[in-house]
Amino acid sequence: MKSHDLIIVGAGIVGAACADYASAEGLRVAIVEPGPIGGGATAAAMGHLVAMDDDPAELALAHYSLGLWEAFVDLPQAEYSRCGTLWIASNQADYARIPDKLARLAAAGVHAEQVDAEQLYRLEPALAAGLAGGMRVPGEAVVYPPGVAQYLIGQAMARGAQLYRQRAHQLNSGGVRLSDNTQLSGNVLIATGCALPQLLPQLPMRSRKGHLVITDRHPGLVHHQLLELGYADSAHGSDDSSVAFNVQPRPTGQILIGSSREYGSETADISMTMVRRMLARTLQFLPGLSELDAIRIWTGFRPVSVDGLPYLGRAPQHANVWVAAGHEGLGVTTSLGSARILIDQLLGRATAIDPRPYDPMRVAA
Amino acid sequence: MTDRYDVLVVGAGPAGLAAAHAAASHGARVGLIDEQMTAGGQVWRQDVQHASPALARRSIGRTLDHPAIDWLAQTRVVTVEDGGLLVEDPRRARRLHYQTLVLATGARELLLPFPGWTLPGITGAGGLQALAKQGWPLAGRRVVIAGSGPLLLAAAATAKRHGAHVLGIYEQSSTENIQRFARSLWRWPAKAVQAMGLRAQLAGVPYRCGSVVRRAHGETELHAVDVDGPRGIEHIACDQLAVGYGLLANVELAQSLGCTLQLQGAHAYVDTDRYQRTSVDGIYAAGELCGIGGRDTARIEGAIAGHAAAGKTADADRLLQSRQHARHFADALNQCFALDPRVHALAQPDTLVCRCEDVSLSALDGYMDARSAKLATRCGMGACQGRICGSALAELGRFPRSGQRPPLFPARLSTLAGTNLSSINKP
Ligand SMILES: Cc1cc2nc3c(=O)[nH]c(=O)nc-3n(C[C@H](O)[C@H](O)[C@H](O)COP(=O)(O)OP(=O)(O)OC[C@H]3O[C@@H](n4cnc5c(N)ncnc54)[C@H](O)[C@@H]3O)c2cc1C
Ligand SMILES: Cc1cc2nc3c(=O)[nH]c(=O)nc-3n(C[C@H](O)[C@H](O)[C@H](O)COP(=O)(O)OP(=O)(O)OC[C@H]3O[C@@H](n4cnc5c(N)ncnc54)[C@H](O)[C@@H]3O)c2cc1C
Repeated sequence: MKSHDLIIVGAGIVGAACADYASAEGLRVAIVEPGPIGGGATAAAMGHLVAMDDDPAELALAHYSLGLWEAFVDLPQAEYSRCGTLWIASNQADYARIPDKLARLAAAGVHAEQVDAEQLYRLEPALAAGLAGGMRVPGEAVVYPPGVAQYLIGQAMARGAQLYRQRAHQLNSGGVRLSDNTQLSGNVLIATGCALPQLLPQLPMRSRKGHLVITDRHPGLVHHQLLELGYADSAHGSDDSSVAFNVQPRPTGQILIGSSREYGSETADISMTMVRRMLARTLQFLPGLSELDAIRIWTGFRPVSVDGLPYLGRAPQHANVWVAAGHEGLGVTTSLGSARILIDQLLGRATAIDPRPYDPMRVAA
Repeated sequence: MTDRYDVLVVGAGPAGLAAAHAAASHGARVGLIDEQMTAGGQVWRQDVQHASPALARRSIGRTLDHPAIDWLAQTRVVTVEDGGLLVEDPRRARRLHYQTLVLATGARELLLPFPGWTLPGITGAGGLQALAKQGWPLAGRRVVIAGSGPLLLAAAATAKRHGAHVLGIYEQSSTENIQRFARSLWRWPAKAVQAMGLRAQLAGVPYRCGSVVRRAHGETELHAVDVDGPRGIEHIACDQLAVGYGLLANVELAQSLGCTLQLQGAHAYVDTDRYQRTSVDGIYAAGELCGIGGRDTARIEGAIAGHAAAGKTADADRLLQSRQHARHFADALNQCFALDPRVHALAQPDTLVCRCEDVSLSALDGYMDARSAKLATRCGMGACQGRICGSALAELGRFPRSGQRPPLFPARLSTLAGTNLSSINKP
């Protein structure tokens, strides 16, 4: 039997961030991951670091995390690029929503500015004619999520953390048993994303499939991460399937195109119907992209909790089991803050932001 | 907005041409598509300066002129979609539907990395042949041909015909292997005649066995190569190097249709039965796709597939014996030109493996599978999606190529968005 202060199950970006912070705080850490580091949802993600203003608790976690991301600006593996976010108002009704959004972001400490139509086209000349304007968030950025996860695990291992290339099979009173029957003892932190219910069936989790398309290299065509202001309606709506305009300039000069959201499709295969809808939407906003070549299409699954907020804290019905999972479409952004909140609680410290909205016990209550 | 065919044939090389013609001869409505501008595939690629062989002219002519065959040039399959194929040409996209599908997507060259292999002036052996036929100027250029297989002879002959000064052909396989193979040629007289013809064309060009190109020299372009042969290392000044280590089946479309593949060494080909049927109902495969077998095998298999796809298995039955004969020849050939493990050791730690993303061999150390390596190094993430580096790494014994995803080739966003769909045959 091997004993550790903390056994982290899952090396996606969330588990990796927890491993890094816990080991930095002096804990003897074990990491359990059968697949590639950052090979789950983390490998499929766009890697946009973004604050959304729709839910105050989500905004607080995103803002806290965005501050922590500043430490990664010069890390080559992170491929950090501060392109900023430009939210696009298609019509006057959307445009009229901007002042409220600015106010909510400002209250949380996020700097953003309104841009009129003329400024919009100066910032992004490739946009289709007839758009009303937008909202620019200059400090936001994009990263390469699997690169960050690998870096964080590397940091933890350099501090002595041990990596077990196994699946965690079952929780038990001492800790966790791995698929090769190794027994690890200590506190357990489950960071298995969509797979959470396999170990903790009492915490509901749904998988929300997304498609992404990437082009060959066309530097300078698009400058900001571009999203339609109606994005949140797609992201937070509960429709079985939806698409929204969401386009990102990669540091390679490639253009990464999202986004689709779909419940009920559990396999990784590509639905050309969703791809068609998503790209048709894209070409409405950026008609000039129509002749660009796509080189790959892939899918990923966002882990969705009961209420869209992650579970961060002690797991219900277990004394020594903690959980950090359910970040849906924002888990890259919020991974760093989530790790702090979780490990600070585990160490009995005060957290930087109020942890209660994320408490897994809310499900039991 | 769709076009429906009784038989749709993908690939217009010898196999696809034969399949289309056989199917059309039974009255089937046939669609024949190829990404190239002209039909003929790799071996019958049109030459802008020299006339095609009579057999090529006949096969191409009788197929393209057939009233029941729609010839769709410069048309690529983008992906499998809604029970049909989404294809695009330089201007528009189409959705093609079929009762039966014949895959004849042929083969590509196996390119193996070695120091200097990315210098301008270096191509594959088939690559050089294609360039020459397109009219790329070779006159007076000093050309070295290397790698393995009969393609080297064909490439050398083409280069010579286009005025190149071919300094030598360097075959990795040993003299004993080649001699054993030559002694068995009497079993395939047509092949022996063909080989003699090539030898006559290549009179005066040295053919060296047991020789591999170790390194290419040059700053901004190639100026010399080091060849390692039975007589030690030879330093050869040259302007052009064509090097290819044999052929690999283009299985990507078959794979995305769900056809069962088989491994031959490190590389896959499509599994077929006596009528060239794949594991998927209504889908046939013929030619190099079913294992590297050369032109004659391809023509016979294409015809078998075409007859069978049109429901005329009796006509197919008549060809089974000649297919067997041709496949035996292919087996002898593959055995003769099997790669010497020495070619696996040519790449050095700093040799680029993935040209799309500039990834060196040593950057891949420590990764046990293609996916982990790709996520960490970008190896295979570029436009070729691992067609070159993934096949090379499989051959080198690092790891098999990882998951194929749409599109099969880089494809326009408008095609994938369905905003530029058109139809040839209005209902
Ligand atoms: C298409 C798409 C686009 C996205 N875009 C963005 C974006 O732009 N910005 C953003 O912030 N977020 C984005 N996200 C969301 C983000 O990807 C996820 O929220 C985040 O990656 C979740 O990380 P995770 O570590 O919880 O999960 P994962 O990355 O899925 O990691 C879970 C890990 O647990 C392992 N595991 C599972 N079961 C076991 C077991 N029993 N034992 C051991 N290990 C196990 C898995 O192998 C996996 O590696 C996107 C998601 C998708 C799908
Ligand atoms: C920011 C970012 C940028 C990227 N840029 C590129 C890029 O430029 N080029 C590029 O090639 N990739 C790029 N990727 C994608 C990345 O390399 C992986 O492809 C990503 O993890 C998606 O994986 P995948 O599902 O396509 O296939 P894989 O990574 O190969 O596999 C994932 C899993 O899905 C399964 N799977 C694969 N295909 C199918 C299928 N057809 N049906 C069912 N299951 C299947 C596999 O078996 C495997 O278990 C990028 C990723 C990120 C995060």
